[in-house]
Amino acid sequence: MKHNIKIVVNGDEYSLAVDPWRTLNEALREDLNLTGTKLGCGTGDCGACTVIVDGRAVSSCLTLAVSVDGKSVTTVEGLAPSGDELHPIQEAFIKTGAIQCGFCTSGMEIAALHLLSNNPSPTELEIRKGLSGHLCRCTGYNQIVEAISVAGEKMKKCCHEEERS
Amino acid sequence: MKEYSIIGKDVPRTDAEAKARGSALYTDDIRLPGMLHGRILRSPIAHGIIRSIDTSKASRLPGVKCVITSDDTPKIKYGNWRLFPETQDEYPLAVDKVRFIGDEVAAVAAIDRDTAEEALELIEVEYEELPGTFDVESSRAEGAPVIHDYCPSNVSVNRKIKYGDIEKGFSESDYIREDTFSFQAISHAYLEPCASLAQVDLDGRITLWTSTQTPYIVQCLLASTLGMRENDIRIIKPYVGGGFGGKMELRPWEFCAALMAKKTGRPVKFTLGREEEFLAGRRRHPMKIHSRVGFKKDGTLVAKDLRIQLDGGAYNAMGPTATFLCGNFGAMLYRYPNYRFLGEHVYTNKPPASAMRGFGAPQSLYASEVQMNIAAEELGIDPVDIRLKNAQVSGDQIPDVATISSCGFSESIRAVAEMSGWYEKRKSLKPGQGIGIGCYSFISGGVFNWFNTQYPFSAAEVRVFSDGTAHLLTMASDIGQGSDTVLKQILAEELGLRMEDIRMTSADTAMTPQGDLGTWGSRVTLMAGNAVIDAARKIKEQLFGAISARFNLNVIHHVECKNGRVQATARPDYGMSFGEAVAMVQKANRGEPLFARGSYTPRGKGLVTPAFGFGAQIAEVEVDRETGLVKVKNMWTAHDCGTVINPRSVEGQLAGSIQMGLGYALSEQMVMDGGRTVNVDFADYKMPTAMDMPPSEVVHVDTYEPEGPMGAKETGEGLASPTAPAISEAVYHATGFRCKDLPITPEKILKAI
Repeated sequence: MKHNIKIVVNGDEYSLAVDPWRTLNEALREDLNLTGTKLGCGTGDCGACTVIVDGRAVSSCLTLAVSVDGKSVTTVEGLAPSGDELHPIQEAFIKTGAIQCGFCTSGMEIAALHLLSNNPSPTELEIRKGLSGHLCRCTGYNQIVEAISVAGEKMKKCCHEEERS
Repeated sequence: MKEYSIIGKDVPRTDAEAKARGSALYTDDIRLPGMLHGRILRSPIAHGIIRSIDTSKASRLPGVKCVITSDDTPKIKYGNWRLFPETQDEYPLAVDKVRFIGDEVAAVAAIDRDTAEEALELIEVEYEELPGTFDVESSRAEGAPVIHDYCPSNVSVNRKIKYGDIEKGFSESDYIREDTFSFQAISHAYLEPCASLAQVDLDGRITLWTSTQTPYIVQCLLASTLGMRENDIRIIKPYVGGGFGGKMELRPWEFCAALMAKKTGRPVKFTLGREEEFLAGRRRHPMKIHSRVGFKKDGTLVAKDLRIQLDGGAYNAMGPTATFLCGNFGAMLYRYPNYRFLGEHVYTNKPPASAMRGFGAPQSLYASEVQMNIAAEELGIDPVDIRLKNAQVSGDQIPDVATISSCGFSESIRAVAEMSGWYEKRKSLKPGQGIGIGCYSFISGGVFNWFNTQYPFSAAEVRVFSDGTAHLLTMASDIGQGSDTVLKQILAEELGLRMEDIRMTSADTAMTPQGDLGTWGSRVTLMAGNAVIDAARKIKEQLFGAISARFNLNVIHHVECKNGRVQATARPDYGMSFGEAVAMVQKANRGEPLFARGSYTPRGKGLVTPAFGFGAQIAEVEVDRETGLVKVKNMWTAHDCGTVINPRSVEGQLAGSIQMGLGYALSEQMVMDGGRTVNVDFADYKMPTAMDMPPSEVVHVDTYEPEGPMGAKETGEGLASPTAPAISEAVYHATGFRCKDLPITPEKILKAI
């Protein structure tokens, strides 16, 4: 029997009827057509499917859709404020060369958002630890680590300016 | 060095924003109305005869629209080595026999994935199990099970290279070293699992979106296996989440998607699960290498006798090329005046090995490099000095095989020794700490036409418009390495335009010019880059003519495309905007649009490649004597890739190579139990994470490759080779343990020390 759930994704509310075994990843990608969130392994090992649910970074491939009923989800599509602007994390990923094939990127960016929300000035080691549940086969991670550090600086500045104004 | 405006600059990748926003579409992201979901039934046994397949129950399951076995197919074999049809040993779905655990037996298409999955369990296959063989020794033994009837010896390919006088060489040697090495299989582990989506139009023509490195190869082999004409198949490569050699053949799910789309009239998509990728996917060849090398007392190399057996698994795949290249790489880096190579590609009942980043070089060069280190120690010469003594230089020849054009190898060795403080550290490091060197050479695309393409190796079409823009069309395939960006940079530089002035269409076999052999062997920058330059120069000829006529220029004037203008170099006021110049040419041709085709095919470049990249790497490690764990503390790399077109991309690929090399050296392996791959998820397949990556410094040695576009040649693939031997030597320096069978696990270290 299908279950009716309500979820807020990137600020928009959706009502869905889902099978009890449907994952959040399937609901996002197939029901809501938000394909920016990827599926790399299905066992929670690679991090490509990471999204934020009520402030926690989770593997959407291991999260059942019914379990996010009433909750708020942020995916990569929710990062940029508009089609003309980018989130500082996205900007930094582009600028530092942190993107090659791009398949791990949305999960990495979400991990970065989660990390920087909880720790605005992470050390390099803290960034590496924050990424240790995320696999990348192209970049060797170093440019991703650099991107997150650059993004952190930029975000602190933005917040600072917002506070002042 | 020539001053460029876009080449050599940190131009952001043109696909980066789409990827950063999550809007870049990969194959599995594409959905079509009425689309069905496909799943593949795979063999649970390593070797056996298929007695019967009953699909009736599966077909009756509500929601199942199509079930196929080989009886529903034309039963035509395929393989990438089309030049030698006898090597084409694979059917899209098993005919009569299965040869490895994971061999494709049947396929289902249903209205959703769950239904398709359920239907797989309803297919009844009766097998008569046969004895299997799981390593090269057993496969080559008398009375071994025969895996393919056409090949009773199980040795499907032999490759020999021979020059000089090997016996004389050894008799003149003061010191002879003989070692045997063995290598594990590893996985490409690209993050995007394979996916394919087929649609049939009203005329019965097929469009296939697929995660591939080689659209043209897939087009041709899909046509031949379906018994269709090539032009009735259109392959579109969407964004691809990495390949590393693992996506360069026709794959059964591409065939099944196309055939089932035809049979049902509905689009059919297959997306593999990670477990399938590990269980049945292509992998790097396990090998046995026996190498005998002779030196003079002063460290001069005299002779090398190399025997390599490749454990190919159940089918040839790209094994014949790997066999050939092992012998080539065995003769690279150093001058071996007398050389003999025998390579054998051996069938076993395991998932087929195929091309993977480095393509024979990681294994072959590991053996070479470890032996250099052993010889250096036993002859009392520093490992860096013995390399410099024997290093290949520009102009060196491997008889009948290759001539080395540009070569910055010695410079790379010297640079990396200096950066790392090599001589000091070799003396001063404490016990448990070590430093080691490894080197590489690699090809910039292949010359040997194993696919038997009837088209140029690479092609490009450039269209230019009176609004000052250009459209670049090429079948070259960006699979994440950044070739779309690099090719745009090359065109923008040639035409004096900005990156944003160029629209690009790539890797669509119906829209982009024939042909292109795909992304492998580090061929794209050199070959497709040259094709782009060829097309751009034809456009420029037309524009220059128009400028000369308009300004009545003396014929000796040099005209250039620069900063969005076409102008006489000596008199920039004799010129006009790029768009105006295009409009003039168009007017003169009564409205005909201005476009040009360019191509590149290597000719007179031997058997292997038009150009070699070189480099050297040094690793510093610390080994925990209690646990045997190796911590790589630093990596230094100096390499020669000719002109660096995009520094950020080159450095990114270098870091990615270190990640893969680190895994190959220390942790990655496909653990086999007979024919079964045991570790089928990322929890058990140990790939380095961000925590494992060492700090890394790099120097690009300044060289210019005359055959390459703007002097560029390969990068990023050869670099998959030096990391393992460098770490291995560092571990030896730290512990006295010399590893000859990768990976260098803590167990092996603890047992040895």
